[in-house]
Amino acid sequence: MAKSLKVNGREVSIEAESDTPLLWVLREELGLTGAKFGCGKGLCGACTVHIDGVAVRSCLVPVSAVSGEVTTIEGLSPDNSHPVQQAWIEADAPQCGYCQPGQVMACAALLKAKANPTEEEISAAMTNLCRCGTYGRIRKAVQIAIKRNAKGGA
Amino acid sequence: MTQELEKNPREGLSRRAFVQSGAAVAAGLVLGFYLPGNKHRRAEAASASGASEERVNTWLRIATDGAITIYVARSEMGQGIFTAMPMVIAEELEADWSKMRVEPAPSGPEFNYSGRPFEVTGGSSSIRSNWEILQRIGATARLMLITAAARKWGVEPESCRAEQGAVFHAASKRKAGYGELAAAAAALPSDAIPKEPKLKARSEYKLIGKPTKRLDTPDKVAGKAVFGIDVSVPGMQYAAVRHAPVFGGECANFAALAKAMPEGTTLVKVPGGVAVVAASWWKAQKVASGLDAKWTKGATTGLSSAAIEKKLRAATGAKKLPVATSKGDPSKALRKAKVKLEAEYSTPYLAHTPMEPLNCTAHVKPEGIELWVGTQSHTLTKLVVSNHTKVPQEKIVVHTTYLGGGFGRRAESDMVLQAVEISKAVGKPVKLIWSREEDVQHDFYRPASLVKLKGGLDEKGLPVAFSATIACPSIFERWTLFGGLPKSGIDSAAVEGLADIKYDCPHQHVAYARADLGVPVGFWRSVGSSHNAFYLESFIDELAHAAKKDPYAFRRGLLEKSHPRFVKVLDTVARISNWKDPLPEGRHRGIAIAESFGSIVAEVAEVSVSAGGQPTVHKVYVAIDCGRYVNPDTIVAQMEGGVVYGLSAALNGEISLKDGRVEQSNFHDYPMLKPSEMPEIVVEIVDSGAAPGGVGEPGTPPIAPAVTNALFAATGKRIRSLPISKHSLAAQEDAKL
Ligand code: FES
Ligand code: FES
Repeated sequence: MAKSLKVNGREVSIEAESDTPLLWVLREELGLTGAKFGCGKGLCGACTVHIDGVAVRSCLVPVSAVSGEVTTIEGLSPDNSHPVQQAWIEADAPQCGYCQPGQVMACAALLKAKANPTEEEISAAMTNLCRCGTYGRIRKAVQIAIKRNAKGGA
Repeated sequence: MTQELEKNPREGLSRRAFVQSGAAVAAGLVLGFYLPGNKHRRAEAASASGASEERVNTWLRIATDGAITIYVARSEMGQGIFTAMPMVIAEELEADWSKMRVEPAPSGPEFNYSGRPFEVTGGSSSIRSNWEILQRIGATARLMLITAAARKWGVEPESCRAEQGAVFHAASKRKAGYGELAAAAAALPSDAIPKEPKLKARSEYKLIGKPTKRLDTPDKVAGKAVFGIDVSVPGMQYAAVRHAPVFGGECANFAALAKAMPEGTTLVKVPGGVAVVAASWWKAQKVASGLDAKWTKGATTGLSSAAIEKKLRAATGAKKLPVATSKGDPSKALRKAKVKLEAEYSTPYLAHTPMEPLNCTAHVKPEGIELWVGTQSHTLTKLVVSNHTKVPQEKIVVHTTYLGGGFGRRAESDMVLQAVEISKAVGKPVKLIWSREEDVQHDFYRPASLVKLKGGLDEKGLPVAFSATIACPSIFERWTLFGGLPKSGIDSAAVEGLADIKYDCPHQHVAYARADLGVPVGFWRSVGSSHNAFYLESFIDELAHAAKKDPYAFRRGLLEKSHPRFVKVLDTVARISNWKDPLPEGRHRGIAIAESFGSIVAEVAEVSVSAGGQPTVHKVYVAIDCGRYVNPDTIVAQMEGGVVYGLSAALNGEISLKDGRVEQSNFHDYPMLKPSEMPEIVVEIVDSGAAPGGVGEPGTPPIAPAVTNALFAATGKRIRSLPISKHSLAAQEDAKL
């Protein structure tokens, strides 16, 4: 199946079997390896990207079903300047780092929808797993991001 | 290609001018040095002075623009080694931290060993074994830069000093950056290289011991850090593996399947099963999972978890077991004891499930083998591949990438050998990726074990006898490269944390029953201490309860005489957790302490149990004495990570077998802690100044017993087997043990 997709602001044409999850098209066809494969079953969130600004687990989305604009971690900012990335650096959140692009994308989508999310909204949005146990620092980073977001505005 | 200029074998440092294609090395000062690896995870590191030119495996490069790059021959799997090792060098070098960069050491001829066969990033050993040599490297480079400046200015080196990446001559108010001096330093004659550079005293440290930001964070947050799974090689194909469901089984209908493969796919036989090669991983995986494969019987055919438990129990009853510890006469002491306790404890197999599924990219070419893999040991990988293929090690290149978690799983080379077989079969570079299901069902698991414990108290409530017989498969038996199972018949990994208890007790006996169950076993974060701390620290709690003593005070009393470091750690955790103060209604706490990998860690867990019997861990307090340390922020992070890893296992972790197959398959039935379950974790480092201990693993052992001891305080139910989720904690019911 040939298809055109809008990814990180660019129109790209891809060639893949229609049931191929968006994750594998991004990683293998487009060379965007920031979104990670963790479980392939929607259980971990390592593959989180945005479609029209909303966080989705791209291992579950067949590429044929994608109609909106896709944003990956590579498209969030070219230089880590996004307030969420800045917050993650300030909190020094990553350990192995494998889950972190997905975590950053989940948080970026949350802040896009809600500039000042409640604790419940944060818990509902930040459900990605981390085997290294960085949840405490992620919590801290989310709070920093909310503050930075309010100041800088992204 | 390298061209040797001169060397200074006594120091284990060498200089070379080298022109190298892969690593893009520019001119400047390049120092090569040898970081000794642990031949055996138990062995202490060889002294740095044994280093020779061939063994150089790490490089320090000061470029003419002042950028300092350290090429580290260690695996960064989240433990922060890519930051801690440069910190030690930078301290002595008086470098400007903002100019420090770190990269994995490339695996080319210049990183080859000829003497020592391999090294592994494991056993929490990187900083423990390399501290002093790292200091010497930094100091040597600094003195060379100072000498270069002094010669340039025509002054005495002693009249110059180095600070923040520059050399200063106060009298003439001159200053030169390291970048400007790098070339001149590189050209110094060998007699200008200091033989015994004076190292800083602890009190002079400016960087070591201060919380320092990780060097690898920005790339990880940008999604730019390259993990093994992200590697791309021109012309690469993708492969997915399907293992025999029963351990040791083989594909019985390979020829028929291979003939009927869909267009564009190839079937290849690999160790443990078969692999499908295709132009995309999704395609390969879809075909692999749909294969109508028939499998032969294997080592675990028919085996179930219930049978495993029975076999382990039976093994503890065998006569004439190898004895790991023997002190006094525990049988007699037990007979005379005022209070006698006996208990059986057990823990299940556990999978590692690093977040990044296993993968390896291999290119088998006529002239040699090139590999891209996130491995805990690129030298071991090379050795194993060479043994398997008979291709000499000099013709094997291993590119170590970032590791999306290791935890011991990436010390294994099974996926590497598979990738090699596949690339060889199709004559192209191939990236093999395991699905999560294959990972959960084909691990080298933390062994299941079962222990029979006996303890006796005298009339004062003090322990007089302790005996333990542990049945557990041997990990070292398979690791013949590490010497295999020693003649004594004791696998140190099975008895660590049990055979060397620190509590005062005059009569002790610890025996090991090796159980061979056919399930592959391996090193899992903190290895034997992951189960033995649960056994010992729960049983000590039982003894404290029987003696009607406070669990903290009871432990403290038994350590007071001979183990001041343990006492300090216990006191610290008691203080930060406000142990003496009552908790709010419904909250309960438990305590545990364990030493592993040269560090002592005590933890207090604060829990509650809902009316329905659902446990919640609210807070965990951690005190660690890891001796001298580099980056306190990394230690805190590793304690948090170690606690979460152990908590995931304690609450829900179990790999069970049915009909010889693993029943779990992905994160829904082999879950890790969720963000919503994360306790607040408070860490305090006890600064003992002792020899450096590990930090990657020691946070894990105490958490299971701290939590189960707290659950005992909450419910009166003693949990003697894990995971906790298998026990009912509801108030009305009796504990099902
Ligand atoms: S890989 Fe998509 S949720 Fe885990
Ligand atoms: S940082 Fe390793 S999985 Fe999250």
